[in-house]
Amino acid sequence: MSTPTLPAPVLPTGTLLRLATAGSVDDGKSTLVGRLLFDSKSVLADQLDAVERVSRDRGLETADLALLTDGLRAEREQGITIDVAYRYFATARRSFVLADCPGHVQYTRNTVTGASTADAVVLLIDARKGLLEQTRRHLAVVSLLRVPHVVVAVNKIDLVDYSRDRYEELAAQIRETARSLGVADVHTIPVSALVGDNVVERGEGTPWYDGPTLLELLEDLPTGDDPDTEAFRLPVQVVLRPQGAAPDERFRDYRGYAGQIASGVVRVGDEVVVLPSGRRTRVAGIDTADTLRAEDPFAGLPEAFAPQSVTLRLEDEIDVTRGDLVAAATAAPDLTQDVEGTVSWLSDRPLRPGARVLLKHTTRTVQAVVRDVVGRLDLDAAELVPAEQLDLNDIGRVTLRLASPVAAEEYVTSRRTGAFLLVDAQDGATLAAGMVGDALAAARHPEQRPAQYAI
Amino acid sequence: MTLTDTIGAATADDAGTVAASGASAADEHRLSQLEALESEAIHIIREVVAEFERPVMLFSGGKDSVVMLHLAAKAFWPAPVPFPVLHVDTGHNFPEVLAFRDATVERLRLRLEVASVQDYLDDGRLRERADGTRNPLQTQPLLDAIAGHRFDAVFGGGRRDEEKARAKERVFSLRDEFGQWDPRNQRPELWNLYNGRHRPGEHVRVFPLSNWTELDVWRYIAAEDIALPELYYAHDRDVFDRDGMLLAVGPYSQPRNDAEAASVRSQTVRYRTVGDMSCTGAVESDARDVEAVIAEVAATRITERGATRADDRISEAAMEDRKKEGYF
Repeated sequence: MSTPTLPAPVLPTGTLLRLATAGSVDDGKSTLVGRLLFDSKSVLADQLDAVERVSRDRGLETADLALLTDGLRAEREQGITIDVAYRYFATARRSFVLADCPGHVQYTRNTVTGASTADAVVLLIDARKGLLEQTRRHLAVVSLLRVPHVVVAVNKIDLVDYSRDRYEELAAQIRETARSLGVADVHTIPVSALVGDNVVERGEGTPWYDGPTLLELLEDLPTGDDPDTEAFRLPVQVVLRPQGAAPDERFRDYRGYAGQIASGVVRVGDEVVVLPSGRRTRVAGIDTADTLRAEDPFAGLPEAFAPQSVTLRLEDEIDVTRGDLVAAATAAPDLTQDVEGTVSWLSDRPLRPGARVLLKHTTRTVQAVVRDVVGRLDLDAAELVPAEQLDLNDIGRVTLRLASPVAAEEYVTSRRTGAFLLVDAQDGATLAAGMVGDALAAARHPEQRPAQYAI
Repeated sequence: MTLTDTIGAATADDAGTVAASGASAADEHRLSQLEALESEAIHIIREVVAEFERPVMLFSGGKDSVVMLHLAAKAFWPAPVPFPVLHVDTGHNFPEVLAFRDATVERLRLRLEVASVQDYLDDGRLRERADGTRNPLQTQPLLDAIAGHRFDAVFGGGRRDEEKARAKERVFSLRDEFGQWDPRNQRPELWNLYNGRHRPGEHVRVFPLSNWTELDVWRYIAAEDIALPELYYAHDRDVFDRDGMLLAVGPYSQPRNDAEAASVRSQTVRYRTVGDMSCTGAVESDARDVEAVIAEVAATRITERGATRADDRISEAAMEDRKKEGYF
């Protein structure tokens, strides 16, 4: 068996890009991930030894790089990926968190899991098979979740004799499908994960392709959202009041509201509104453990931005608790008890009107009743069709009535304050990934989608 | 500098802190990679405290648990860490690590609960294994401690880059009433909306360092000037060879045969992981400070567990099998 030699390692610097991969069964996704890890020098000698040993035991001639990621017994036995596996690699320019998502249709919920936090999704298709229903489903999911960048790797290009015509044909289909589903930014690359063409190194079989390799593209994609274009939001996680347990006298009366900034930038002196009470005040200080340990413990930061974890001091003594939202007073969200949203249904039990569930939005959880199932997304037509209920893996539109108001915002403009979970109140199971507003509008009528939807 | 020194005395303009080192990134309102990981971990720790009745943090004095506790202290400062810590003591731990554990707990004024494998062996609830390793024996005392104290959330320092089964685990990982992990039936984990709801008797394992690598942990230790047990740095120690690992000559690990005995020598080594002395190997190293360790970890060709943990070499799925039974 040929042992690929191990390349030299690199020390990560720079920013963090969160990636997710998706594809259909047997399209070689685990092999692609293995190739990305191996060629970017992220596989260590003992991991490679283990892969080679198992490959040899199975009578394979070359090391099966898929074994690097398929870690569970059942995955190895069945040769498929069951659950999201997280992998870490770095280049000289950037660090990556990669969520390797399973391809099988019954695990679509895991693709939703991987894509929800992703800055970019790498979607694989088999050059011989072309676009499958699963491909459309994955494109619909990344569109709904508003993943900023999509890269479609046209894999096994070596098995279609490196045909430029076949690649161009598929690339055109991908662009058309992505457009019809409202995917904003889509790139295509011809690759062979098995051979390594255009993954990290340029491929010899594709002289007609002059675009970047997959890794080059991933190193260049912008990360996340730009806080400067967003309104400030901070969901309160906990109230910090040390009282008698304070490390010294100066902190005995300290009262701060701790949370991770969901969007935007906040500066000391900014006017803010606390929801749902609607009380207005100003930011008196922005603290972290680092600033509170400084010589002047209350000097704080002049400003903070998403997604920093900070603690706010407010000028007025008002009642603020976990679940409240501190928002820019100049651009405060509306409160509502009636939420219309798009859900990706993740449970075996169908969703029907009248169901009582819990809705988890930012740091607030409220009771909810499903008023109506408006419809279900037909992936082929990219249209909403009437439906009585939603079944596992369906994407549909529902209306919900909440027991108390939340500051739900349109998901297309705010990923953090527009996202919600539906949770089973009895066993705690996560039933659905929800997005406030008519996220399907982008899929049905891309020309009508709000301007903010553009990346 | 000690953990409390770091928490209690460092100044914000220390060139070393993570916040300060990201100043150039902050200009354009982008977090550096370490800043993003720190913010994510603090968010996770605060969510658990807000949503669970009785959280506990596993703390062994090992580098990952030291970093996790450091993050917990930062998450609630100037309020104290609002939960106790739990150590599952195999009875074969390095004495200097136990001393470090006790000193840290004392300084942060935490309550330490110890689940002792030795007690279980003494009264017959567990039996020593033929190979002498006690790591797999930790599961029962851990689960009994969780049930006995009715802990509903258990923070662990596990990282997904450590091992293939861990790479599959959620940040919030539900365990059934037997403490078992069901890798085929995990809850979807969406955005940063962590769902900690569970039925009575179930509990949730929480891994704030899920997205950290070994190198990230060391870079953070350097940036925050976090103290560790000295055996993480190069020192001279009597060691012998077993199964391609360097084991310390000590009360719980003695040469078993002539070949092992013949290999005993003093060598300059350090530990990449710290666990049970009987199955945790040292690595040859002259990295005497944190910068040297970072350079070494960046250049290493062997994973942390592959280099140092005999128990993970038992089979392809050793960790998965232990985790399903309720292990960390």
